[in-house]
Order: sequence, then C-alpha cells, then structure tokens
Amino acid sequence: MAMDKKIFTTPIIKANPITVLVLGICSALAVTVKLEPAIVMGISVTLVTGLSSFLISLIRKTIPNRIRIIVQLVVVAMFVILISEFLKAYVYDVSKQLSVYVGLIITNCIIMGRIEAFGLTEKPLPSLVDGLANGLGYGLILVIIAFFRELIGSGSIFGAQIIPQSWYEAGYMNNGLFIMPPMALILIGCLIWIQRSYQKEDKK
Amino acid sequence: MDTNKNTYTVIYTIVLVAVVATILAVVSIGLKPKQQENIKVEKQMNILGCDNLAAEAKTASNKNAYIQDEFKKYITGALVVNTSGEVLESFDSDIDNCNAFKVSPADQFDLMRKIDGTQDQAAKDAMVKDLRLPVFICSNPDGTKHYILSGYGAGLWGPIWSYIAVKEDGKIAGALFDHASETPGLGGEIVTDKFRSQFTGKVILSDGEIIPVTVVKGGNANAEANEINAISGATITSKAVQTMISNWMNYYKPYLQKVASGAAHSEAPVEVENPNEETIAEQNSEQTIKTE
Repeated sequence: MAMDKKIFTTPIIKANPITVLVLGICSALAVTVKLEPAIVMGISVTLVTGLSSFLISLIRKTIPNRIRIIVQLVVVAMFVILISEFLKAYVYDVSKQLSVYVGLIITNCIIMGRIEAFGLTEKPLPSLVDGLANGLGYGLILVIIAFFRELIGSGSIFGAQIIPQSWYEAGYMNNGLFIMPPMALILIGCLIWIQRSYQKEDKK
Repeated sequence: MDTNKNTYTVIYTIVLVAVVATILAVVSIGLKPKQQENIKVEKQMNILGCDNLAAEAKTASNKNAYIQDEFKKYITGALVVNTSGEVLESFDSDIDNCNAFKVSPADQFDLMRKIDGTQDQAAKDAMVKDLRLPVFICSNPDGTKHYILSGYGAGLWGPIWSYIAVKEDGKIAGALFDHASETPGLGGEIVTDKFRSQFTGKVILSDGEIIPVTVVKGGNANAEANEINAISGATITSKAVQTMISNWMNYYKPYLQKVASGAAHSEAPVEVENPNEETIAEQNSEQTIKTE
C-alpha cells in the first residue's frame, strides 16, 4: 500500500478507535475528569501506538508467528516504560497526575489492535502514520469528553475557574455526576450517536 | 529462513528480551538523577507550600532552582524529635540533605501501623520510642517562626501525606495535602486550595491538648468547632485526612507542648532518657477506640 492520506485521516473520525471500533474505553473513563491529564494521555498513547507499530513493522518479517503477540507485548511495554520514565524526569507534575494510568497504556487495546491489523502486514512508514493517527483519534475523543466533564463537573477548564462565582451564589451547582466514570460512558454514547447519525452510509 | 523453527524462536526471544532490557536499564540509569531531583524538589515545594510560600513556582522559568532558593531562604532549621518531645537531632544548614529531610514519613507510618496492631504493651512502648518525627522550622519574613510537621496515611487507593505549619500559639498557619493515586476530581481534590485553606487558622493545640479537626459531610462545617467540609463524593479520602492528622498530631503533641511553652528551639539535642511512656500509650489506646 502506498502512502495515502486516507491512512492518516480515516482513523481520526471515520474509523475512530473509540467511537467506531469501540476500543480503549476503559482509559477514556479514567483520565477524562480533567483536561490536562487527558491531553497528556492522548499524546502518550499516540507516541506508543505510532512507535510500536513502526518498530513491529520493521521487524515483521523476522517475528516467529507463534510468539508474535508476546513480541508485540514486549515492544509495547518497552515504549510505555520509556514514556513513563521520561514523564517522571521532565514533566513530573503530569506524571504524578496520571499516576497508574501511564503504566496501563500497555493494556490499551488500540495499540495491540493496530499492530495486529496493520503493523504486522504493512511497511514501516504507513504503519507509523496509522499508529499516530489512531492515537490522535483516541486523544481527540478524550479531549472532547474531558472538556465537558471538567466544565460541567468542576466548572473549570485547564484548572482555571470558568463558571463565575456569581452563578454559584445564584444557586448554580457543579454537576457531581460528571466527575463519576459513568458520565464518561454516557458522553461516549452521545458521541457515537452523533457520529452514527451523520455516517449512515457506513452501515454494514 | 524458517521463522517457525523452535531454535529460531528461542534465540529470537532471548535476543529480543536482552535488547529491550538493555535499553530500559540504560534509560533508567540515565534519568535517575533527574527523577530523584524532581522528588526532592517536590518535597521542598510541599514543605514551602503548606506555609503558602513559593507561590510563584508555577510561573518561575526554572522551577527547580526557584524552589531550592526559596527553601534555603525560609526553611532555617530542621529537627528530628521523638514522641516525648525531645530533640534528637538538630540542623541549621544544608537542610535539603540533612537527616531530618531524609526521614521517610512512609516508614514512620508503617511503624505507627505496627504499633496500632500490637497488643503487648511493652513491645508497643518500645516501638513508640523508635518513632522519629521530622520538624522543619520556617522563619517568616515578619520574624515569626512556624513549625512544619509531617503526616502520612492511607487514602482510598494509595498513600496520602500532608505538611502542616503550626504557629507558636498552637494555631495552624497552613496545610498542604498530597496523594499518590486518589481519584482525580474526587479524592484528588484534597490538594486544592479550596480544601486546604479551610485548615488555616484552626486551633490544633490548646491548653496542652490536641484539638482534633473533624471532617463533616454536606458542606455544613462549623468553622468555630474545628470542622472542615469534606469533599463531596470523596468521603473516604476526607476521613483519611482526618485520621492522618489526629494520628500524627498525637505523636507530635509533647513537642508542640514544648513549643507552646517556649522551651523548644533553644534546646540542644539530648540523649533519650526515660520518655513519658504511659501518657503516649494511653493516647494510643484512646485513639484506637475512637477510630473503631
């Protein structure tokens, strides 16, 4: 397959890993209470999917078929640990905020899913692009959800208060449900609903 | 080459794992100094932050250098005290490398838990004697001294810890909380100014007795009665903060009493003689009953 713009654009909206493939939901619930961790998580997952797809694609012809999942796992785990170490050294605050979720990137099904479906059969460069694009598609949804959850749940954006104090005095209250994980699931549901109603032709 | 042969598979695995392990080891060793500096600066920032110092840390161009400068400027002393209020070690320079700074509140908390779980009174007393409590002395621009005390406890998912600055008159000058893995937006909110600022001005020691700070649900805290509003949706973490404070303050009590009577910081380190074991043991048993 030649380098094609579609490899990059499709996963971001049309075949978005969260809303269309419905992968990686669990971390979308966990890190979307605030915008900042959501963005860092999006970037981290983008890097891991891109780099691991690239590396697997590079060595794809040498991988013994019987242990390919384990090889993929080792490569993914390596990148995740590297990212975690770099976060700790250079953006310590953020790494503290994400706490265990950085390590849990390993279990994000998007990464293994893309390696199996794309990296294992395609050339390195398209694999890299595909991985990055899937990560970005994932990050995009995370940011949208985190935006609403932080705005309505905590009344702030990037930790800065947006809802003015006078509203609270007039009886406005932050919606506690938005802080809870179930609301993330409902928001994802709404996003899927919106997307499906515009993408009717994709019906199988 | 046949990639499905057994020997090939085995050799492939060994090589792969060796390569990956080498990469990880090299990166880990290379980044370790930087990570440890971050951890140290974090602790300094917590200590300063509880007294509302180093407020410009977020905007400073070189955060680590700024924090270290501020720390040198304001934190003028550090002590290790025991549970009878005696000063075991005292430092007045190079505080970020001294033994008081190195005391791990986590280790002390482990010991406290062991103490709470021990039935045998003699063993209990012996362990209480072994507790080493760090105190940092902050000299404010206005000439007053604040005593910054540690705290460490169990939150909902992982550890939580605190630094509380106490004035000579037994009032809290400021408090700071942090956590390892509380839920962001819920238990994680203990770090916010909104939560911690409630502690400022509360009386922690009055007439030589510790006044417990109580966390109440529903936003109905009576500020006069040492009550703090819990974080809605995070009752367990809020209660954990309360338990942590009463736990540590009871151990700090003899030292705080000395501070209140003005005898504390002129005192040189002393040999541990015969600490007032009974009072401490009594406090412990009282506390266990309360928590139950």
